Amino acid sequence: METDDSAPTDPQVAAPLMVLHLYVAGSSTKSMSAVGNIRRICEHYLKGHYQLEVLDLYRQPERAKVDNIVALPTLVKLLPLPEQRIIGDLADTKLVCALLGIEDLIRQLAMTPASPLHHTHQP
Amino acid sequence: MSLSELPKCPTGIAGLDAITGGGLPQGRSTLLCGGTGVGKTLLGLEFLVHGANQYGEAGVFITLEEDDLELISNADSLGFDIGGLLKSNRLEIDHVVLERSEITGAYDLDGLFIRLDLALVKVNAKRIVLDSVDMLFMSFPSPVLIREEIRRLLRWIKKRGITVVITSAGGGQNLTRDGMEEYVSDCVIALDNRIAQQCTTRFLRIVKYRGSAHGSNEYPFLIGPTGISVLPITLLETKAPVSTEHISSGIHRLDTMLDGKGYYRGSTIMVSGPPGSGKTSVASKFAEAACARGERCLYFLLEESAEQMTRNMQSIRCDLQPYVELGLLRFVETRMYQYGIEEHLARFHQSIVDFTPSVAVFDPLSVLHHMEDKGEFRTLVVRVVNFLKARQITTLLTVGIGRGNHPLTPDVCLSSSIDSWVALLDVEANGERTRLLQIMKSRGMAHSNQLREFKLTGNGIELIDVYTGRSGVLTGTARVAQEAEESALREAKDIEASCRARNLATRLKRKNAQIAALEAAFAAEEVEHEHLIILDQMRTLEWIHSSQQMAKAREADSEVAAVPANPTNAD
Repeated sequence: METDDSAPTDPQVAAPLMVLHLYVAGSSTKSMSAVGNIRRICEHYLKGHYQLEVLDLYRQPERAKVDNIVALPTLVKLLPLPEQRIIGDLADTKLVCALLGIEDLIRQLAMTPASPLHHTHQP
Repeated sequence: MSLSELPKCPTGIAGLDAITGGGLPQGRSTLLCGGTGVGKTLLGLEFLVHGANQYGEAGVFITLEEDDLELISNADSLGFDIGGLLKSNRLEIDHVVLERSEITGAYDLDGLFIRLDLALVKVNAKRIVLDSVDMLFMSFPSPVLIREEIRRLLRWIKKRGITVVITSAGGGQNLTRDGMEEYVSDCVIALDNRIAQQCTTRFLRIVKYRGSAHGSNEYPFLIGPTGISVLPITLLETKAPVSTEHISSGIHRLDTMLDGKGYYRGSTIMVSGPPGSGKTSVASKFAEAACARGERCLYFLLEESAEQMTRNMQSIRCDLQPYVELGLLRFVETRMYQYGIEEHLARFHQSIVDFTPSVAVFDPLSVLHHMEDKGEFRTLVVRVVNFLKARQITTLLTVGIGRGNHPLTPDVCLSSSIDSWVALLDVEANGERTRLLQIMKSRGMAHSNQLREFKLTGNGIELIDVYTGRSGVLTGTARVAQEAEESALREAKDIEASCRARNLATRLKRKNAQIAALEAAFAAEEVEHEHLIILDQMRTLEWIHSSQQMAKAREADSEVAAVPANPTNAD
């Protein structure tokens, strides 16, 4: 299960457009649905261009202090800048996409030659 | 369950443990509410620092507001070694920064729980402070959810038997912005600061304390150089130890008037008098005497500066400076407009606790009464007196009396709290002013009811008997004149008496001479008389002899012998 890993849960992306950290608490309903929701959004819109790390604070409680987490689940968008925090189970896909600026990224991907898609997407 | 059985978690804050009957409810939650800058954070931090230092209980401070470093540096200035406590794992501070976040669906505060748990485990904490929950309400849009999360947090902490203090700012009509006092229900403490007469005073009040008796008043508190101190002065019962020991007033003659020994130790003495009547002089002699015995004296100067006062007292040969240098005498200068009456009280309290004197002087206490209403001033005096009595500190208060007032009526009636009252009077007569001293009362000891003339001289204070005679009571030069007159009169009388005595002696001598002369004359008469008798007898014998011879010659019969033998009878 993804939430059990501290390592990126997705295939290594050389130069991901988006870097996300999702902080959750064990396998609570909110945690599970947040993981599912963000994964679905990313796979759907940014397949191959994102990096998602899921951190279970039950397993790594020290990260709560280090990364200054209060509410759970918290999604932190590290890239592209500016850093951004989104709290909640991410059920509102439209709102999550808007907050993360996914539309801009899609437009960016469409403008660039098709090649990067093929280069970065590893089978 | 009896009230006393409720386990308490001592805060170590002077006074607070007294009014809560031992501290905060152990293993339960306490809400600390009050506006900004009133001292919530400091109180919380002190709770943890004292817990670690004095009661061996480690603590966790979760701050949502102030920066760690700022907090630590603030605390270090109060003498708390936060760094040391952190290093030795007796304190953990977690600064929770609430970053701007967007909300998309369901969430909870598990992150905070996890952080708290981590900190609790790290130091094995028994105490937690969460400062302040208002930040949570401000950062998250749903107050209902936050309230529920705080309740969950408190239940969770309670289950672990940890004592928790959460802080919240006041809001409008409620004690807290979010009506939290309703559900953080074990103990609620409200802090407040108020301004009266341009002076700010901080107050603390126990709003509720489930299952425990507690002081219900508002207590002033101070943030002093060593942290917070709450002043439960009204709580202290007057069950002070009572001493039968006497201590000198510093004025020999006054001691004589006070049963020959002086004031009682631990008693309260009032020295009242109009301006310039010598109140400070009496007070400083008392202080000097205490220091000379090697006791510590705390001298509150409410009007003069210490330099000015010590200089002035040199003029009556009362040198206090050496005792200041020896550390036996401490002057505390305070001005009436500096603080509100509560803070004055608080500062008196603090200085007394710090210096632990055996003798205290307030000079003049009466200046404080001009700033507040009289009732409050009286309460202040009663509280000061009770507090000092409980510590068996002998206290001398000087109280000024307005010139217009009756010389024995201070502006406020304090007599009931006073054990010994020395009244200084001013008498104006014959174009001069004389000072008088009188003991109005001195509980539990025989004391002189006599007025004494009170003189401040280069050799100190002298008490002189006033003239009491046919012309009434005289003082000053009138007394001196009267005494001179009397002495002249006495001398004249002495001379007269000795004249009379000499006269009498002469007459006695004359009488004796006369008696002697009479006796001599009488004796001479007596001799003559005896001579005549003998002569008579001789004549009688001669006559008998001749008559016998005659009878013989006439040859008479024996009847001749019947002739009387005593010739004098024949006369």
